Amino acid sequence: MNPLFLPSPAEVWSAFGDIARQGYKGSTLPGHIGASLRRIAIAMAFVFVTAVPLGIVCGRSRWVRAVFDPIIEFYRPLPPLAYYSLLVLWFGIGDTSKVVLLFLSGFAPMFIAAVYSARRIPVDRINGARTLGANGLKLYAFVVFPSCLPDLLTGLRTSVGVTYATLVAAEMVAAISGIGWVVLDASKYLRIDIIYAVIIIMGIIAILIDSAIRLLIRRVSPWIEH
Amino acid sequence: MGIGTGTAAEAGIRLTEISLAYGEGRERRQVLQGISLDLPPDDFVCVLGPSGCGKSSLLHMIAGYLQPTEGTVSINGVPHRKPDPQVGVVFQHDNLFPWLTISGNVAFGLRMAGIPKKERKRRTADYLSLVGLDAAASLLPHQLSGGMKQRAALARTLAAQPSIVLMDEPFSALDALTRETMQQHLIGIWQRTRTCIFFITHDVDEALLLGRRILVMQAGSGRFVEDFANPLCQAESGLPLHELRAAKDYIPLRQRLLQSIVRDRTTT
Repeated sequence: MNPLFLPSPAEVWSAFGDIARQGYKGSTLPGHIGASLRRIAIAMAFVFVTAVPLGIVCGRSRWVRAVFDPIIEFYRPLPPLAYYSLLVLWFGIGDTSKVVLLFLSGFAPMFIAAVYSARRIPVDRINGARTLGANGLKLYAFVVFPSCLPDLLTGLRTSVGVTYATLVAAEMVAAISGIGWVVLDASKYLRIDIIYAVIIIMGIIAILIDSAIRLLIRRVSPWIEH
Repeated sequence: MGIGTGTAAEAGIRLTEISLAYGEGRERRQVLQGISLDLPPDDFVCVLGPSGCGKSSLLHMIAGYLQPTEGTVSINGVPHRKPDPQVGVVFQHDNLFPWLTISGNVAFGLRMAGIPKKERKRRTADYLSLVGLDAAASLLPHQLSGGMKQRAALARTLAAQPSIVLMDEPFSALDALTRETMQQHLIGIWQRTRTCIFFITHDVDEALLLGRRILVMQAGSGRFVEDFANPLCQAESGLPLHELRAAKDYIPLRQRLLQSIVRDRTTT
């Protein structure tokens, strides 16, 4: 078989050995992974602090939902590459536009999970809490947020997944680091062995991230059957 | 007699001409009409009625979850419109916060009231032992049986020291044996705390066992069709369950109550 289509495991392994030892074009392998994970982490942190409060408020109020839902439903199905060049125009070719792209792809699933989680809180739980003196912000901090948390973490799983899937697109323009960029760059030179090696690394990282979140869900909500 | 003077006539819960209707025009449905009721601060009142008679709506209005179309609810002479810790509620399903331990749940109301940690711990421990759950303090609700969860819910409600405890068919989701144990627990707790209990049930035997005063509602009547002091209730008679059920007045009274709650259904 032509090794261009399917390199032998030995070749992939040696490509992995090469990039692990020597790095790839200026950065070490951990450096590339770190650059990508840093972008994802910053994007997800922004997703969590914006999509969660907005989603919960939208879930609790029909009026607020009527304002934000159409906007989010409009941009959500757009392919990220369609508006990426706009983001580059607005935010420059540095890291900001990449993080914004990841943020936008992760925002919608997190928002939808937050709306759903807030709407699912039993009325009796809210009523009971108000009877026990939880009002206003106290109600949100001590009852609504903890009630939503298991669903929010499940939403985080989906959201990280979508963000991760957008990573290669985000590292397409003017990047010199990141594992998404490594795959793109290697494909320019038809380094099929490196492409396979990096795809396997990406898969393993994705599984590790997902397992970490699932572990967190089990720790945070032991009463829910998984 | 100004507001807040707390004269004897005003102590406790007073419902004045409470009406509730849903819908507009032809669709309008009168659920409750002109209910007036005085609940003294230390009574045990059972409201007996079939499902859909409006007894839960009445409870929701006393709790402040629902506004009456007409009429007022007042506590010690002060109008009560919003939920607050004065009126405690125990729901049909335990409704505990699943992320808090049992003691965390019981302490919740005290935490909301800003009671210092030391005092909070002491009171939480007191109420846990009142309902016999000392050993379960550090467990999470999902680790408890249905009966234990309802006891925890009761402790959580009592710990906030409400003027009245509203109970909305709290034992109806439990199995028969657990229900009997819970009824005995509740009687004991009431005798020790003497907090006014407003207990809703569709079970005639439960009403006869628990209620010092029994109010009866019919489906569609929208008001109480009977209101009487129950001579048989265990807190008064002190009879054990089997003797109570064997008392000579028991069967006729039970029969009469059964008839009065179903009367409406047979005629419509």
